[in-house]
Amino acid sequence: MPSILKDRFALTLLGLTLSLFFIVALPFLGALLPGLMNAAGRAACAGVTFTVSLAAFIGLLTNLPQVLRGELVTARVNWMPELGLNFTLMLDGLGFFFALLILGIGLLIIAYARHYLSRDDNMGEFFTYLLLFQGAMVGIVLSDNILLLLVFWELTSLSSFLLIGYWKHLPEGRQGARMALTVTGMGGLAMIAGMLILGQIAGSYDLSVILQNRELIQADPLYLPALILILLGCFTKSAQFPFHFWLPHAMAAPTPVSAYLHSATMVKAGIFLMARMWPVLSGTPEWFAIVTTAGLVTMVLGAVIALFKHDLKALLAFSTVSHLGLITMLLGTGTAFGAMAAVFHILNHATFKAALFMSAGIVDHEAHTRDIRRLGGLRTLMPLTFVIATLAALSMAGIPLLNGFLSKEMMLEEATHTVLFDSPWLVPVLATVGSLFSAAYCFRLIGHTFLGKVRDDYPSKPHDPNPGMWLPPAILVVLVVLIGVAPFLAEPFVKIVTGSLLGEAAEVPKAYFKIWHGLVPALFMSIAAVAGGLVLMLAFKPLSNIWETAPRPEAKVIFEGIVETAAALARGFTFGLHNGAFSRYAMISFVVIVAVGYHAWTSGTIGDATRVVQAAGPVPIAGWTMLVAATGALVFMHRNRFLALILIGIVGLMVSIGFVYLSAPDLAMTQFTVEVVTIILLLLALNFLPNTTPSESTVLRRARDTGVAIAGGLAAFALAYHYMLRDAVSTPISEFHLANSYKGGGGTNVVNVILVDFRGFDTYGEIIVLGIAALLIYALTETLLRGPVRARLLNRIPDQPRAGDMHPMMMVVLTRVIMPVVLMVGFYIFLRGHNEPGGGFIAGLVVSIGVVMQYMASGFTWTSARLKYPYHGVIGAGVLVAGFTGIGSWFVTKPFLTSDFTYVRIPPFDKFELATAALFDVGVFLAVVGAVTLSLESFSRLARRANADETEHPMDINPARAEGSSDPIEPVKEGG
Amino acid sequence: MELLVASAIGVMTAGGIYLVLRLRTFPVILGISLLTYAVNVFLFSSGRLTIGAPPVLSDDVTTYTDPLPQALVLTAIVISFGMTAVAVMIGLGAFLGSDDDHIDDQPEPRETEGQP
Repeated sequence: MPSILKDRFALTLLGLTLSLFFIVALPFLGALLPGLMNAAGRAACAGVTFTVSLAAFIGLLTNLPQVLRGELVTARVNWMPELGLNFTLMLDGLGFFFALLILGIGLLIIAYARHYLSRDDNMGEFFTYLLLFQGAMVGIVLSDNILLLLVFWELTSLSSFLLIGYWKHLPEGRQGARMALTVTGMGGLAMIAGMLILGQIAGSYDLSVILQNRELIQADPLYLPALILILLGCFTKSAQFPFHFWLPHAMAAPTPVSAYLHSATMVKAGIFLMARMWPVLSGTPEWFAIVTTAGLVTMVLGAVIALFKHDLKALLAFSTVSHLGLITMLLGTGTAFGAMAAVFHILNHATFKAALFMSAGIVDHEAHTRDIRRLGGLRTLMPLTFVIATLAALSMAGIPLLNGFLSKEMMLEEATHTVLFDSPWLVPVLATVGSLFSAAYCFRLIGHTFLGKVRDDYPSKPHDPNPGMWLPPAILVVLVVLIGVAPFLAEPFVKIVTGSLLGEAAEVPKAYFKIWHGLVPALFMSIAAVAGGLVLMLAFKPLSNIWETAPRPEAKVIFEGIVETAAALARGFTFGLHNGAFSRYAMISFVVIVAVGYHAWTSGTIGDATRVVQAAGPVPIAGWTMLVAATGALVFMHRNRFLALILIGIVGLMVSIGFVYLSAPDLAMTQFTVEVVTIILLLLALNFLPNTTPSESTVLRRARDTGVAIAGGLAAFALAYHYMLRDAVSTPISEFHLANSYKGGGGTNVVNVILVDFRGFDTYGEIIVLGIAALLIYALTETLLRGPVRARLLNRIPDQPRAGDMHPMMMVVLTRVIMPVVLMVGFYIFLRGHNEPGGGFIAGLVVSIGVVMQYMASGFTWTSARLKYPYHGVIGAGVLVAGFTGIGSWFVTKPFLTSDFTYVRIPPFDKFELATAALFDVGVFLAVVGAVTLSLESFSRLARRANADETEHPMDINPARAEGSSDPIEPVKEGG
Repeated sequence: MELLVASAIGVMTAGGIYLVLRLRTFPVILGISLLTYAVNVFLFSSGRLTIGAPPVLSDDVTTYTDPLPQALVLTAIVISFGMTAVAVMIGLGAFLGSDDDHIDDQPEPRETEGQP
């Protein structure tokens, strides 16, 4: 391609790209405006909505030339390419056709709704929902990625839920909205599964790729599940039998919504998807049997029910169900002619049905009733509405010179060629019966609403509305007549749409759109239908009586029964497992873990033992004996809570010693120091909690718990034992750590180097978690001390006798002498940590113990008066120091937490190492000190409130102090 | 040696599970602590047991134990302290608020909860 042409091509593509995104995004962005414009008045609110839709409509029309040339307009932005989820849009004839219906009819509906909604309705809310819906619909028809399509699909379900339930004060509206959401939402879920299967088969989630793979998809064994799942989505959305029941209940929505969603657009989404997938899914016996049958049944059933409905909108709703069935059946035949008839009927149905809905809305608006039995004779009172509704209804009945006749004729023609279940008569006869009932309800609609005598008992005196309400349906009826009289006008467009529907699967039929086809079977079927319809109409009274008395299943009752049953089952299941009792959750978890582990054990392969059992000397056996004895004693004597603390201390101590023995000095030091602070913590808690646990569980319960405990213990034992006797399946990363600890991290204590260097990010996260835990404890304490608990604490009488000398002199003196030593030890442990056992964690714990000792010995008030830095600040400083150390490596363009080190020699000292990791370890140290002390301090704050008579003196009895006066040497500060 | 460690893990797990299933907060917290020991030792043992070969590099030593599980367990010990402290605080707050240290809600006549 010459470069200049190439550039122009790219430019054109660029322009169109913007345009497609623009069309989809506009309604969504515009949805913000009506709400904002609400205060500016109803006209402004409707005006801005109309403008937004108009802009999208014009944007769509700018793409018309490309579509007419048969080009595929695409736009693409990679969203999550790993998942195959890309924001790709595509505009072809089919998408253009539906987008035209959505935006074009949308404009008329907005104009109509402006006058339909009363002053009490929140117009901004309505138009916001409407634009959201419009955007979602346009998104569906323009999506090139089926996952993207699914997102928009669910969005239409949600926005239609909001629109159906718009009149929140009406129970019918709420129930109808819920039913619609349940049915279409379930269908949507099924469709997600179907689409995922389809994408797996085709290897891509892009429609343009999927549509190329007809043979591959149809040959796949998963074709049938995918087909059924996708059809479930389509059938629920397009109200096909047996999911047709939600549509009439959705009629509780305001009439503009019914006209827009439930005749012209949303219910066509299912049809659209069947049409979109037609090239890959159709043509198989399964497709033919499922789709044609469902369509046929829906068509006949909907038409029959519609005839006997007295509510105008209910009648129209069931007629919509019937016509959707007709279109579905046409798509089901799998022939090119059927597809073309379907496209043509979608167009015609959208025009006449939207006009009819709007007319019904006008009647309701003016006469204040939609009950056909209370209407009649409106012909003279509302002549304009009469003309509009009659022309639209006659078109629906299939009267020549109106567009409904043409597509109905094509449908009957197609029916005569369709052989379902080996019977050449089944489809033609049922199609004729459907048309017959269809004609009958159309005649009833005209006859019982507009013809007949003028009555004097209308709830309100009807008259024609202002042009704002009758113009939109009038515009549609003009189209109805225009296409009906001059079908050749619509023919090229319908053929372009059909062409893109068929894709490469079939040729567009040559057949011309004509009013007169000669004396073909379809004509006689049509005549039979219209004549039969007239007869039914004349015999309506007796038929209606029979219908009213005949037993028939009520969909709403069945639906609610199913929902109730499902909810009861879910409740039973959930509350059976999830009854708010912690013991039950714990029990379920343990049993499930052991069971799943057992399954994995039995279904997996276990290699032979590769290591030998190492001999254990008397010392390990003695330690083991103490550990097991302490654990056993703990279980049996846990009711005495102080004893239990001592016993668990023994267990912890034995574990620490075990770590020493098994070459883990760092772990031993950590475990030991943590043990100390944990015991202090539990002692503080026991200060408030009861000192004994009452015996209340039954023997049966204890036996059951023992069983679970033994099973869990055996499982842990077996797993650990098998594990330890086998080598790693692949080389562990530890080899790398050992090899690079000194070379790369500059430290010989590999554990510490891993913590502050190799896995520094991990450690960073952990000190943050620790800080959060401490802050949580602080927050809980604050909450407790501010609530009613405070009064209880103040009035509490300690359950243990208080010591006469709460702060003994010996202890005070000792802890103060020890304090510098402790800090020194902590400093030493910290410094040597990189090369010898130690480090920030352990040093932090040691220093916290030193601080806590001061609290214990000298009292809370005395200690807190001497604290310079709040613990929250210490935690924060720790996290910040660690974080900034990590960020520091950005300045030398290295990733976060890259470490560096060097050796420095300051005479006369030996050379020593300076590493950035040490700075990181300072952060760890500070965070640990802050977190541990903040936790313990919070606990003791509770105690302090309980015994408010603490002195500010370190010692209760001090010979240097004259009784009754404060110590002149010590700084005195009121405890706050 | 392996047998001792594995059986210690098993005993601590069994004791921990039994105590976690008790009805009052304090034994449950003790049970969680026991389970913590068991899990930490289990994780530690995933580096296999080596006696007298700490992972501190030295020129005249060639065998070292696996340092990675140690590093992981070290932070786990510290974190489990934080977790225990939070659990104790919650249990304490509940007891101070309601004068009841049952771990489960005590059964009371429950209304049939259903949809309107």
